Amino acid sequence: MNGRASPSNRATNSDLVLRSLSFGYIGLLIVLPIIAMVARSLEGGLAALWADMTLPPAIYSLKLTISTALIMVAINVVTGTATAWVLVRYSFPGKNLMNALIDLPFAMPTIVTGIMLVAVYGPRSMIGGFFQRYGYEIMFNKPGIILALMFVTFPFVVRAVQPVLIEMDKDMEEAARTLGASSVTIFLRVVIPSLLPSILTGAALSFSRALGEFGSIIMVAGNIPFKTQVASVYIYGEIESYNPQGALGLSVVLLLFSFVTLMVINVLQYWSRRHEKS
Amino acid sequence: MKRADIVKTLLLVLVTGWFLVLIMVPVFGIMQEAIKFGLANVLSSLMTPHARHAFLLTFWITVAAVVINSIFGIILAVVLVKQNFKGKLFIEGLLDLPFAVSPVVAGFMFIILFGPQGLIGSWFEGQGIKIIYALPGMIIATLFVTLPFVAREVMPVLRESGLEQEEAAYVLGASRWQAFWRVTLPSVKWGLIYGVTLTVARAIGEFGAVIVVSGNIINRTQTVPLHIHQEFTDFNYGGAYSAALLLAVISFTLLITLQTIYRRTDRV
Amino acid sequence: MGIQVKDISKYFGKFCAVDNVSFEVAEGELVALLGPSGSGKSTILRIIAGLEIPDSGEVFITGRDVTTLTAQQRKVGFVFQHYALFKHMTVQKNIAFGLEIQKRPKKKIAEKVDELLNLVKLQGYEKHYPAQLSGGQRQRVALARTLATEPAVLLLDEPFGSLDLKVRQNLAAWLKELHVKLHITSVFVTHDQSEAIEISDKIVVINRGKVEQVGNAHGVYEYPESRFVASFIGQVNVIDAFVQGSKIVIKDTSIAMDNKGSDTPDGSEIVLLVRPEDIMLQENPGLNALPCRIKQIHYRGSFYELDIELGEILIKAIENKNSFMKDNWNEDRPVFIEFKKYKVFDIREGHGAVREQLRQLGYIE
Repeated sequence: MNGRASPSNRATNSDLVLRSLSFGYIGLLIVLPIIAMVARSLEGGLAALWADMTLPPAIYSLKLTISTALIMVAINVVTGTATAWVLVRYSFPGKNLMNALIDLPFAMPTIVTGIMLVAVYGPRSMIGGFFQRYGYEIMFNKPGIILALMFVTFPFVVRAVQPVLIEMDKDMEEAARTLGASSVTIFLRVVIPSLLPSILTGAALSFSRALGEFGSIIMVAGNIPFKTQVASVYIYGEIESYNPQGALGLSVVLLLFSFVTLMVINVLQYWSRRHEKS
Repeated sequence: MKRADIVKTLLLVLVTGWFLVLIMVPVFGIMQEAIKFGLANVLSSLMTPHARHAFLLTFWITVAAVVINSIFGIILAVVLVKQNFKGKLFIEGLLDLPFAVSPVVAGFMFIILFGPQGLIGSWFEGQGIKIIYALPGMIIATLFVTLPFVAREVMPVLRESGLEQEEAAYVLGASRWQAFWRVTLPSVKWGLIYGVTLTVARAIGEFGAVIVVSGNIINRTQTVPLHIHQEFTDFNYGGAYSAALLLAVISFTLLITLQTIYRRTDRV
Repeated sequence: MGIQVKDISKYFGKFCAVDNVSFEVAEGELVALLGPSGSGKSTILRIIAGLEIPDSGEVFITGRDVTTLTAQQRKVGFVFQHYALFKHMTVQKNIAFGLEIQKRPKKKIAEKVDELLNLVKLQGYEKHYPAQLSGGQRQRVALARTLATEPAVLLLDEPFGSLDLKVRQNLAAWLKELHVKLHITSVFVTHDQSEAIEISDKIVVINRGKVEQVGNAHGVYEYPESRFVASFIGQVNVIDAFVQGSKIVIKDTSIAMDNKGSDTPDGSEIVLLVRPEDIMLQENPGLNALPCRIKQIHYRGSFYELDIELGEILIKAIENKNSFMKDNWNEDRPVFIEFKKYKVFDIREGHGAVREQLRQLGYIE
């Protein structure tokens, strides 16, 4: 029964007006800018674009971005799932408060995150100073980047796994127990497979966010080419140096990544919905 | 069974420990820095001319983003839920794009499109209107990053109860506008409020897209996040921490608001 | 006057939901649109209401042609299956909605709301919200809201569909009472034939978008005009047989009975439809007594249900609790049965499809 949209089935005038407004808004804010960027990047020809994309500092920044993102995702998958598990299955004093605060990184401006991390882990701070004495610099280094990424993406895996865990029937686990399985086995062979789609969704969301993260990283990592410059900071640098052509190549690459991760996330969500139905 | 208890306690300690270290320590760190700076200094650094200008700018941009994206967010929600047309799924997919795009790339896209040499920008340039490196550009960038919130929060609520109630209103004699205003809109009230709160949080804190699009001109195009960045790079750490603390407090308040609303949405 | 529906058809894409449907509802009548799910009955109701526009045909309400009018303009009353109450408004505001749209004076609105709350027996619930009410109470509020604008015609879409059995029965009876009191022309859609039989003046049986039969409860039950109607309304046994001269022979057996009043040609395969309550048990063989065996006797509270083996098939019979001497008839005992009443349908008219439909409706295995 899908003719129920309005008192008459054919689209009325006001329906069409609303539809045009929607198209127009999305077109102006999303579609047109992307087309403009891609068109501008191709202006000099594909060869020039490729040359821009493959400049050594650009490639280095991309590699750094991806590697730090992957490390962060690996850590977040474990800590996020564990956190979701604890929040759903256990009760303890302060649980509600902690549950509410999980979303703090979502609400916090990225620049404030950056400042907070520098305040706590920077060279002049207690913790940072301590590590510095032993030659480890947290800030302005890879660990700093990963730390910032972990903070900013912390809620993704937790919030993706939580609702699935809540819905999950304990029956499966209890059945496995009666069949003689140990807790570890149950966890690995019953729980994790059921949670897999949601964990992957959380991972994909974290990864996508990490690729583009800017505000917190520019604080903690500075801007040293070939050392701590992630892709977004490289692009910013090129724009500020009045070299937009240099920025275009990497921007287009990041845009491509955005589209791909978006599709992957959609597929994952479709898959997890089908899982639920069975 | 004792072993299970040990495992459970261990897990609990590890998880809460991780949470405290990762999330709470930085939050306390900034409070500590602000206290070290001294309350009087915090307040006076928030009253400087460029701080005040930044607050004003952030305020107006946020208001614009909330108003425009609420209106268009509701329109998008209504169109995507009630109408059927070719390309509907495509539009829905595009709605998520602002979440996936890096803010710097977003800002860059708008410079290309609305800058003096851009397709749209060049026409405005001819009229003497500056979009990029000026307020309009900053508003547009903020609209982009906050676009999905209202639409995405209103859509599920509309899907669930909105349609049948609307038909009931029609049969009782209401015109389309009356039905929308008196029945549809109130029925999505909480979804709308939740979406607006998310929009405010994001608009206040947006950094990457705005710094690129605005040109970061002191006293002209610096919002509060940009102001914080400026203070920090000028080594005015006290000023930076003060403004950061303020934003942190506001974000925290918004977070609590969201949590309270979230529990309400189940009831209505 | 009342409602007239003439040759309406409705397509959703290529699917024909309503196929040339025509019927009339006299003024003041309470009519049931009865059919299985997916038969198109809700679509027909929505077409009358103006919530769907038909691809062809006309709709007349109280004499005027409303085919091209929108729901807003038709001034009908419509009660939705899931009530569609305005969740963010109190009971009072819900009921007053239609009157506020009409811009009636506040005092009059308050009076009318009070009157209706009394009518549906929900006095004192004015300030309640729908979430605080039970299913049955919500349905009564929906009804009150619809009646507030004094529509000429009342349309109800599976009004009791989502309620418990007891609540459903009470509400159905109450609706009938209300109808007798207010005498408003009403059409309601249901898939529950006992509900239709119980309260309606007239039943329109719908199947696959077409009208199968129109008649009152008695007529539709006792004199079904198609095998669909016969099997959809009430319980029925479906027995394969064929015609041999003046006799009907049960398939794969040599059991025969007189062919009374069926004019199907000799040799044709037929289907015999017998209601469980029309099967009579006898001890002795007789002219049309068919030999069979009682396999099992089930106690059902207000009656006995018997599983009877007739040749190779199992049929069901129902015996009245008081008149059935259970001790005389024990299980696994050979008996004779006679069909007090039965209906014959020619198999050439798509027997396979009927069997399939009966299977889907749960009447046969």
